[in-house]
Amino acid sequence: MKGIITVVGKDQVGIIAKVCTLLAENRVNILDISQTIVQGYFNMMMIVDISKSNSTFEELVESLDVLGKQIGVLVKLQHEDIFNSMHRI
Amino acid sequence: MINRWEVQETNEMIQKEHLDVRTITMGISLQDCADEDIKKFNQKVYDKITKKAEHLVKTGEEIEKQFGIPIVNKRISVTPIGIAAAGCKTDSYVSTAHTLDRAAEEVGVNFIGGFSALIQKGCTIGDRILLNSIPQALAETSRVCSSVNVGSTKTGINMDAVKKMGEIIKETALLTKEADSIGCAKFVVFCNAPEDNPFMAGAFHGVGEKDTVINVGVSGPGVVKKAIEKARGEDFETLCETIKKTAFKITRVGQLVAQEASKRLNVPFGIIDLSLAPTPAVGDSIAEILEEMGLEATGAPGTTAALALLNDQVKKGGVMASSYVGGLSGAFIPVSEDRGMIEAVQKGALTIEKLEAMTCVCSVGLDMIAIPGDTSSATISGIIADEMAIGMVNAKTTAVRIIPVVGKQVGDMVEFGGLLGYAPIMPVSTFKCDAFIQRGGRIPAPIHSFKN
Repeated sequence: MKGIITVVGKDQVGIIAKVCTLLAENRVNILDISQTIVQGYFNMMMIVDISKSNSTFEELVESLDVLGKQIGVLVKLQHEDIFNSMHRI
Repeated sequence: MINRWEVQETNEMIQKEHLDVRTITMGISLQDCADEDIKKFNQKVYDKITKKAEHLVKTGEEIEKQFGIPIVNKRISVTPIGIAAAGCKTDSYVSTAHTLDRAAEEVGVNFIGGFSALIQKGCTIGDRILLNSIPQALAETSRVCSSVNVGSTKTGINMDAVKKMGEIIKETALLTKEADSIGCAKFVVFCNAPEDNPFMAGAFHGVGEKDTVINVGVSGPGVVKKAIEKARGEDFETLCETIKKTAFKITRVGQLVAQEASKRLNVPFGIIDLSLAPTPAVGDSIAEILEEMGLEATGAPGTTAALALLNDQVKKGGVMASSYVGGLSGAFIPVSEDRGMIEAVQKGALTIEKLEAMTCVCSVGLDMIAIPGDTSSATISGIIADEMAIGMVNAKTTAVRIIPVVGKQVGDMVEFGGLLGYAPIMPVSTFKCDAFIQRGGRIPAPIHSFKN
């Protein structure tokens, strides 16, 4: 199962490192990363494969949310289907 | 592969523009609960609802998490009680309303619809008992919603029922006068009621439906408003195209959620209702869309045309996105639930008469309108008759959800709370229609209903 992770917030040192560490601990594989910084705001999107993860989708959503709050950025994990259904015919 | 801009667009719709799935409604048939003994009937009803909908709320919450989209309401609709309870030897169905209320509370849904009767041509004994039970049922329960279908294009309008509706609304208002007559906010009178509508207060599970079914209502006025901001000053083709594309995207999310809910609950998927349903939140308003199109205030000349094109484009985008579209599908114009509508009324731009015209081209009718508490039952019946005639002649659903707030006058405000919102009391014509309503009988079906 593929998920999309988005990270939005004020740029600072170590955002990607912290998110990726959490993903590695949960055996989530990163398939693609793209990232920009616009006027000091960090905006990242990751496509991840969670089929081998030892956590459920809901648990990952929770722990990324908690991590985001610790860093002070918004971290969301969503199933890719919401984007596929909205943007593809 | 999905790119960052698409992801960002979706998430901005959710975070900034109030995109949500308004309701997952589980329709449950109660036809197999029939019993002569109302106590046994109630027990069967309670058992069936709490069993079938046991995981409804939890599943809804899981889907919310998985896709990161809010699902605002999880609700239940049941077979019209006027039919389901008809076998009971009793003179009141109030105890059944209490049963529905308890079952809804047990499974954690905020509304349960179906304390209803379909009497477009006439009443059975069960229907009559139901009608007499409505005011007390609405006063004594908090989650139960009631609706009555009093007309259709095929059958005409049951004017005896229309007369009775005015009386029921007055009585309900009186019984709930301590809470701004809120009982009436849970009661809808329909013409051409859809049997698969997931939206309250008019939801019920039609007799032609499966035993259990999942219907989903999408929403997103804020998303449409934001999209057409980008089409400012453009011609109507561009405007329509923008709305259509946005409606497509919104509906696809609803379709996804519906399929997922259906799969997880192991209940067949019924329909997607493509309605733009406002909430009292800023930026979640139909009136704001109409004003964005170029009207100074909703109610200004041009409002009906603006609403007509909005309604049509929402449908055109939506039907492309889902194979099974049903329910009410269109734009809702409830006054108390839409901040822009409330402001338009306060400014004096929007009147009941203009709202009536707007109901000719949108999905429902006179919805959540607060009127003076001393309005007579005949006048309320007259308002209902007008609205039913619009539905009957135009072969569309129309509805009336009107609240004569006891003790309040034009200019006062009423607060219903939550999604039901707040509303200024609107003036009603003081010219009488008593002799017209007193006639009784039926208005025959219009000539163009004879299509066979």
